[in-house]
Amino acid sequence: MFDSLTESLGGIFRKLAGRGHLSEKNIQEGLKEVRMALLQADVSFKVVKDFIDRVSVKAVGEEVIKSVRPADQIVWIVHQELTALMGPVDHAIPPAGKTPTIIMMAGLQGSGKTTTTAKLGQYLRKKGRKPMLIAADMIRPAAVEQLKTLGAQNSLPVYWEATGRPVKICERGIAKAVEQGLDAVVLDTQGRLHVDREMMDELKEVREKLKPPQIYHVVDAMTGQDAVKSAAEFNAQLELDGVIMTKLDGDARGGAALSVKAVTGKPIKFVGLGEKIDALDEFHPERMASRILGMGDVISLVEKAKENVDQDKARKLQEKIRKDELTIADFYEQLQQMKKMGPLKQLMKLLPGQLGQMADEVDEDELKYAEAIIQSMTKQERENPELLNASRRQRIARGSGRPVHEVNSLVKQYVEARKMIRVMKKQGGFGGLFKP
Amino acid sequence: MGFFSGFVDKFKQGLQKTKEVFVAPIKKIAQVFRNVAPEDLDALEEQLIAADFGVEVTQKILEKARVAYKKGEIKTTDQIIPFLKADLKGRLTEHGNDVRWAPAPPTVILVAGVNGVGKTTSIAKLATLFRKGGKKVILAASDTFRAAAVEQLAIWSERVGVDIIKHGQGADPAAVVFDAAEAAVARKADVLLVDTAGRLQTKENLMKELAKIRNVVARKIPGAPHEVLLVLDATTGQNAVSQAQHFGAAVNVTGLFLAKLDGTAKGGIVVAIKDKLSIPVKFVGLGEMPEDIAGFNAEEFVEALFAE
Repeated sequence: MFDSLTESLGGIFRKLAGRGHLSEKNIQEGLKEVRMALLQADVSFKVVKDFIDRVSVKAVGEEVIKSVRPADQIVWIVHQELTALMGPVDHAIPPAGKTPTIIMMAGLQGSGKTTTTAKLGQYLRKKGRKPMLIAADMIRPAAVEQLKTLGAQNSLPVYWEATGRPVKICERGIAKAVEQGLDAVVLDTQGRLHVDREMMDELKEVREKLKPPQIYHVVDAMTGQDAVKSAAEFNAQLELDGVIMTKLDGDARGGAALSVKAVTGKPIKFVGLGEKIDALDEFHPERMASRILGMGDVISLVEKAKENVDQDKARKLQEKIRKDELTIADFYEQLQQMKKMGPLKQLMKLLPGQLGQMADEVDEDELKYAEAIIQSMTKQERENPELLNASRRQRIARGSGRPVHEVNSLVKQYVEARKMIRVMKKQGGFGGLFKP
Repeated sequence: MGFFSGFVDKFKQGLQKTKEVFVAPIKKIAQVFRNVAPEDLDALEEQLIAADFGVEVTQKILEKARVAYKKGEIKTTDQIIPFLKADLKGRLTEHGNDVRWAPAPPTVILVAGVNGVGKTTSIAKLATLFRKGGKKVILAASDTFRAAAVEQLAIWSERVGVDIIKHGQGADPAAVVFDAAEAAVARKADVLLVDTAGRLQTKENLMKELAKIRNVVARKIPGAPHEVLLVLDATTGQNAVSQAQHFGAAVNVTGLFLAKLDGTAKGGIVVAIKDKLSIPVKFVGLGEMPEDIAGFNAEEFVEALFAE
């Protein structure tokens, strides 16, 4: 998408080459493409309109930077503006006073409040707080049960009652937290549509009685144009303090993040990235901007790599590459490191443009076969691939259950890779690619 | 499908809110059309996109309107709405909106979707609807992943008064379906409704698991699943197309259940899905109660959208 966006912009701005400034006319044309990208990402129509107006004012008269294509420049301006709009970042959760810090969750049904409540509990605990979860969604069948289970699985204390009014349950829960010396409570509340008066009144009652210093609106990343309406309503009724966007581990572009920020003015604090209890991240506006524009999330990829790649091994590998001593054993090692980062397809999807689109063509099985083939080699063979004669290759094929031609092509790939590295080294284009 | 007709009122009621937001702007556009100029279609574009139709489908519809304008089929204000209505109705009914019943019971309906769209509640609604239609229904609690999902479905089965086949949380969902299929045959059920865990469509392994559930039931009961319903949240935007694509590829989705249509969201995304993937809408969810369901009726859907 980033590629196609810059490409289509490139076409429009080709005529511009040699001129000094971005003119109003060519900017308008270019911004049409940007507008489409934003709409496809589910940014609210009105928000897109305002945004485009603002960007065009900003872009007109900008000097064309010589070394940069005008298309790139426009995207850069757009990216900056998006980032600025969704910022500034604010992850702060106020400390406890005499009573624990109360965090109240609110949102449409199915947005992920209960799961996020548990994740927030875990986050607080990691920050050195002593949290308690309070199950106050008395409407959805088994919602209390769900929070109890999540609490038990992760040893987070949960306060619950079988029946009763949410505001009373919360009050008693908070009293319990004080009694146990806990310093933060997260209230899971019921979710219904924002047009539901009864629910809003109930949430308002909780808010008025307990005066939670933090009220978070939980928004599904997949939300479409309706995001502005529900967020505006929740904000009007509850005076939100922040937003948590959930389900960003899928392929939704998450344009609702922009819409919600625009209509509520409240910062997005956290993002949900999976079903696991730890899958709650602090919000980074520049990453979200890339995602909305379809530029891929390279930063997350780099972070994932940092988390999972063994730095010592990476340094050794670099050394080997330098000395041209790369063996099949190293190949295997790389494969293992990559596997730790998660399925290749998911990793590829984090890459921008065409690379990201290639994700669907990746055959995970091929990697498994490669692994099996290498596992069927002896240690000597892995270290000295020259040893691999026909009979050895046949043995490996039998051992791995793969046909001989696959063994052959793996060896060939290895040889090609070494050649490539030699060429790249000569050209000096290798740079810090393998630097830890 | 005669027993659905009683739900039309409910359907209209639920769409009332949608209508209020939708109709007013359409009228505004219509005013633009008084001195119709092709550029004025921009205003129409706004409204369609705001209803989650998506950029592509919106442009297709606009192109049709443009052609109709050129041919002189649209000349005045009052012609634009009938034109849009007819076009939308045509799109939405093209592939049939009725349940595909098995030639001999049980009819197996597999229900799938991403997290939080309302699968379990939608199943309770389907069970209520079928039961009212005089059918014997069994539920399979195959969402063994989400904490308390089995309990949630069990509570519904009691409220609705239908049988449920369940194992504990963490059990193999395919094994639950296996048992449920056997029970459905043994107890001579008319309908077996299979609940599944919510999963984001990009999670490869979970999609494979879903395909396995499908295969298990297909081996137990010939022709099953007769219907694979993808539950969509009406508030979902363009990602719903990706959902339909991925779920379609994994388990061959035969229909959509459009849930949460009682809010302000318009659910226009189903037009895009129909357009791209030819998957029709079969049911709509219109509230919190198990009775808040209606069989999808394009006539009603489109009429209610534009009604006075």
